[in-house]
Amino acid sequence: MSITATSPRTAAPAAARRAPRRRFRFPYQPVAAILVAVLVLGVPFWLVIATASKDQAEALDPNLEAPSDWRLLDNFATVFGDGRMMSAFFGSLLVMVPAVVGVLVLGSMAAWILGRRGGRLSAAIYALAISGIVLPPAVVTIVLLLRQLGLAGTALGMIGVYMGMYLSTVIFFVTGFVRTIPHELEEAARVDGAGPVRVFLRVILPLLKPVLATATILICLYIWNDVFYALFVIGGRIDTLPLNLYQVASAGLYLQNWHLIFAYIILMSLPLLITFVVAQRRIISGITSGAVK
Amino acid sequence: MLPKGAARPRQKDHPLWFLVPALVVLVVFFFVPTLFNFVYAFTDWSSFKSAINFAGIDNFTSLFTNGTLLNSLKVTLVYAVLVALFQNAFGLGLALLLERDTRVNRAVRVAFFIPVIMSALAVGYIFQALLKPDGALNGILGALTGADVSIPWLGNTTWTIVVVAIVHAWKWMGLSMLIYLAGLKTINEDVLEAARLDGANRWTMFRSIRFPLLAPAVTFNVATALLGSMNGFDIVQATTEGGPGGTTELLNIFIFRTFGQGLFAQATTMSLVLFLLVTILAFPVIRYLRKREDVL
Repeated sequence: MSITATSPRTAAPAAARRAPRRRFRFPYQPVAAILVAVLVLGVPFWLVIATASKDQAEALDPNLEAPSDWRLLDNFATVFGDGRMMSAFFGSLLVMVPAVVGVLVLGSMAAWILGRRGGRLSAAIYALAISGIVLPPAVVTIVLLLRQLGLAGTALGMIGVYMGMYLSTVIFFVTGFVRTIPHELEEAARVDGAGPVRVFLRVILPLLKPVLATATILICLYIWNDVFYALFVIGGRIDTLPLNLYQVASAGLYLQNWHLIFAYIILMSLPLLITFVVAQRRIISGITSGAVK
Repeated sequence: MLPKGAARPRQKDHPLWFLVPALVVLVVFFFVPTLFNFVYAFTDWSSFKSAINFAGIDNFTSLFTNGTLLNSLKVTLVYAVLVALFQNAFGLGLALLLERDTRVNRAVRVAFFIPVIMSALAVGYIFQALLKPDGALNGILGALTGADVSIPWLGNTTWTIVVVAIVHAWKWMGLSMLIYLAGLKTINEDVLEAARLDGANRWTMFRSIRFPLLAPAVTFNVATALLGSMNGFDIVQATTEGGPGGTTELLNIFIFRTFGQGLFAQATTMSLVLFLLVTILAFPVIRYLRKREDVL
């Protein structure tokens, strides 16, 4: 053991260091990577694009054959025309935007206090506030509660439910971040006579930008794609894109219309897809930060 | 500099009323419904009558005796374990395959993140089309083997749950891959260099150095995969709707179905079961995984 380990180090250190590196550079790696991507991602994605470009007869049995006639844009137009896609799009925005803004503002306010105050009370509140990350929401009794509050089936009720679900995530992320902000920055503002509201708005909130960006991305992803909680709270009252997709796809009338379902899927994925392509570096670093510490 | 003097104003500088709005929302929309779970699971609340009466443990006994409680519990647990296994295996495999920062690898990584940002419901419908008996996957297999293949991927009472778990893992493996890639980046190059000089081959290096050092990434990935799949709904609803024969009926699928039938108390009971299952399982799992990290 020791002989084989020490002899190359003394005899030819450069060669020993280089030799295994060269072996590590497996020349077929790019080919393998592309092959895996084509098989695992390319097949399903091609199925979606090809089927979404066919006419009804050709799309009856979705297969991997190329469409004889590319009608992707026509199918997009049909989906826009028949389906309630635009109202669903605005319905999605109507519940997502206020919910995201709400959790960010309320979550940051709470996280600032929880990150700064010591003591048993803050620790207990913090533990309770972040328990929602793990615990599943009580989806059935939420509906009952919303009825009692007169919020059943309303956008406000849905916004409240989403806020209740994702405040924990924001408080968890932001509290950790607040603890890394030096106290001196706040002190300086305080010496200048700033009260807590001013300190929070002028000093803390701007510093939270990176962590709030990460939280925004995560929560937008969840809410934009959520169908389960929306089915309980606003199903049949307000359309969102996933709710609409669910109704269209599970309605008997549309069961044979794979081309329209897939055209719908492409259209509803586009907003997040474009956001992702534009900001992929930030999104990826935001999501992975904190997970591996 | 002024520890005593600075400590006192600090409480006033961070007033407790800043917590109030967040706590109000949390209490109203999260904790009260959760407490209601413990109340309404013991009633006969339904859409068929207006009065809600106390019913003791009737809901539990009826769900237990007709077998749905144990079936849904079993299905949810099996699904969660399978998803955690597949998602981590795929994610780690991808991370190792795409570890080096080449242009091809970077592009492929981005491509694998697309399913993560797609709607799970949409992913479910795509795979429903792909896995039909006369669907695209059987078409590929048929072309490869030269025979007519018509495997009912989504119609097998034993194996469909595995197939659906693989679809779930397919959707989320890009996220696990990113977490593993970030974990691999944190491993000190000198440690690997030393092992290489000691003559360790790539498998030994992976097994005894890189994988143990990935413990934080494993914790995060296993915990999120378990939680995500125990709360799963969209993919299963879009592919099998709980079938065939209830073999993929997750707790959430059952809750949705019985809620739609107006059996609110039964749905609440299952919601409570899910709550207890997650509470009983998630915390010990996370603690166990954290302890593994500490050993290093």
